Amino acid sequence: MAFLHDIYHRQEIVRAGRLPAEMVARNDAFEPRMIGMEPPGGVYTHVVGIDLVRTGEDEFHVLEDNVRTPSGVSYMLENRETMLQMFPELFTQNRVKPVSHYPQALRRSLAACAPKGTAGEPVVAVLTPGLYNSAYYEHSFLADKMGVELVEGDDLRVVDGRLAMRTTEGYKSIDVLYRRVDDAFLDPLTFNPESRLGVPGLFDVYRAGRVTLANAPGTGIADDKAIYSYMPEIVRFYTGEAPLLRNVPTWRCSNPQELSHVLAHLDELVVKEVHGSGGYGMLIGPAASRAELAAFRAKLMANPGNYIAQPTLALSTVPVLTRAGLAPRHVDLRPYVLVSPEGVTITPGGLTRVALKAGSLVVNSSQGGGTKDTWVLED
Amino acid sequence: MLGKTAGGLYWMFRYLERSESTARLVAAGQRIALTRSQPDEEWASVLDTTATWEAYVARHGTVRRDTAIRWMLCDRENPSSILSCIEAARANARMVRTALTREVWESVNETWMVLRDALGERLGERDLPAATALVLQRAHQVRGAFAGTMLRNDIFNFARLGTFAERADNTARLLDVKYYVLLPSAQAVGTTIDNVQWESILRSVSAEGAYRMTYGQEVRPRHIAQFLILDPRMPRSLAFAVGKLVDNYGYLARTYGHRMPSHEMTDALRATYLDRSIDTILADGLHEYLQDFLRDLAAIGTQTEQDYRFYA
Repeated sequence: MAFLHDIYHRQEIVRAGRLPAEMVARNDAFEPRMIGMEPPGGVYTHVVGIDLVRTGEDEFHVLEDNVRTPSGVSYMLENRETMLQMFPELFTQNRVKPVSHYPQALRRSLAACAPKGTAGEPVVAVLTPGLYNSAYYEHSFLADKMGVELVEGDDLRVVDGRLAMRTTEGYKSIDVLYRRVDDAFLDPLTFNPESRLGVPGLFDVYRAGRVTLANAPGTGIADDKAIYSYMPEIVRFYTGEAPLLRNVPTWRCSNPQELSHVLAHLDELVVKEVHGSGGYGMLIGPAASRAELAAFRAKLMANPGNYIAQPTLALSTVPVLTRAGLAPRHVDLRPYVLVSPEGVTITPGGLTRVALKAGSLVVNSSQGGGTKDTWVLED
Repeated sequence: MLGKTAGGLYWMFRYLERSESTARLVAAGQRIALTRSQPDEEWASVLDTTATWEAYVARHGTVRRDTAIRWMLCDRENPSSILSCIEAARANARMVRTALTREVWESVNETWMVLRDALGERLGERDLPAATALVLQRAHQVRGAFAGTMLRNDIFNFARLGTFAERADNTARLLDVKYYVLLPSAQAVGTTIDNVQWESILRSVSAEGAYRMTYGQEVRPRHIAQFLILDPRMPRSLAFAVGKLVDNYGYLARTYGHRMPSHEMTDALRATYLDRSIDTILADGLHEYLQDFLRDLAAIGTQTEQDYRFYA
């Protein structure tokens, strides 16, 4: 948060020489329209989903910081419901901290970020790209559980300088928009003119401080995979302390020396696109064929700045039930963090993603990964 | 509530009601067709009642039993086929998911899954009674989940408006297609053919038992007209459906604190068409009466879209 505020204001970290200027200026995720803008409550990243991996007994690493619009929280809640129904006895024997209050906590946290001067209980709404989006279920699930409206672009309009939704009784103002559409589609007047998902004029209302967008536009600069490699440095710069969780060692391919190391060890490394997500556009060296390695090498050399590389981690495993009985599969864990002026709330649980193919390290559900209920026990 | 949500609920329940009406029509049509020398005439009349006769002829030419039944059950070319209706109802339910209880959503979703499998292309003549019975059974289940779990608020009212707008429309169409057998001149005729037609009308609204309970064994066209137009106890009569429309617009007026043009139009619909005796209706012309009723009913639908901002 301190980082995002600094990046969009004085850029002290760049002035201090701790982060190269081009990492910001030449980064696609940097949003110049956010410069000098103060988001309501000072919050940029209202909902965060951090991907953690475990590589040893007490060895945890941050794999990715997701601070744009992280998804998957409905799986966390539905997995728990399913487990409660299928294995009630486990919950009698163990004292598992509940996760079911997440939607209420989310609503409270969002409401606490309402613009200054909001009268009464803030009106919160969830913005979805619509029925055909793969996460539509989650959008409607969260709106339902929070007891707020689920809106699409064509339900919204700017009325008298406020964001408003079309109801059976006319247009009604919205104070906090939990948007599950990407920055580029928020406002066709400001961003992508082709977008039919957003609301013309929304960004002006936002800049005037009359609506909260969660998460704020331009937060992608903080979870960008090239910035990731600077994260330990960033944490030290703003807190004066060493980070509690380690990062995975990362080679930046934009740096010629690091690139040559990556090219020399391509078959041992995981190489990712800087702005990639969903497990697409990445290379897992040890699992790749000779032809795949050669093809990726060409792509990498054509545009090195677009890639980072990391060692292939020995991710921890959990047992899953296969046709042949119990078998180990690699996992990662995404806990959900809510941020508001009232503080930071970490949900006692999270989304454990499982690579269902034996030996695979790709846990993304868009690549056939599964999920598991995840417990935090009461002390 | 979002205008879009109100519209989604309204159409979700219109489509559910339409699928149920069509199932009854097909079941009654099959039964009548089996007992007649020219069964295709009966299917033409059923197509007419679902207001898809022209589209059917444009697509398939002559009316044949097999194609007509498939057209009404599962043909995706027909936006009013049972399967198309169920798909549209489910799509609307997904859109308004946050307004529905889990029970209603699951019931609609399961109905879609069950009927998608049951109303396949390979449906044989022997499977027809079971298939139409299944559609009705699923409709009862959705209605049960709806009645048993939904809060009685504006969400409920928009859903009910959809149900009864569609029901009034469907019953009026059924009567209009068969109006000539209900005319006073037909009373004198009383031939076997007419008896079959009268029975077909009652079957199409699942009302044989209810009619017998009310009027005894003797089936008379005047009684049928009275029963299906003016009897407020008969759940598929125009009087019943319009009464429910008036009630539900009334609840909305109370919830929102003011009346809308669609409310006035619905009150006028009741006053114009239902505060009359069956003899006046028949004397003034049943066909014209039903045509005018359908026109005014459609206008209320359009006005409702505007009053509650379904689309803009």
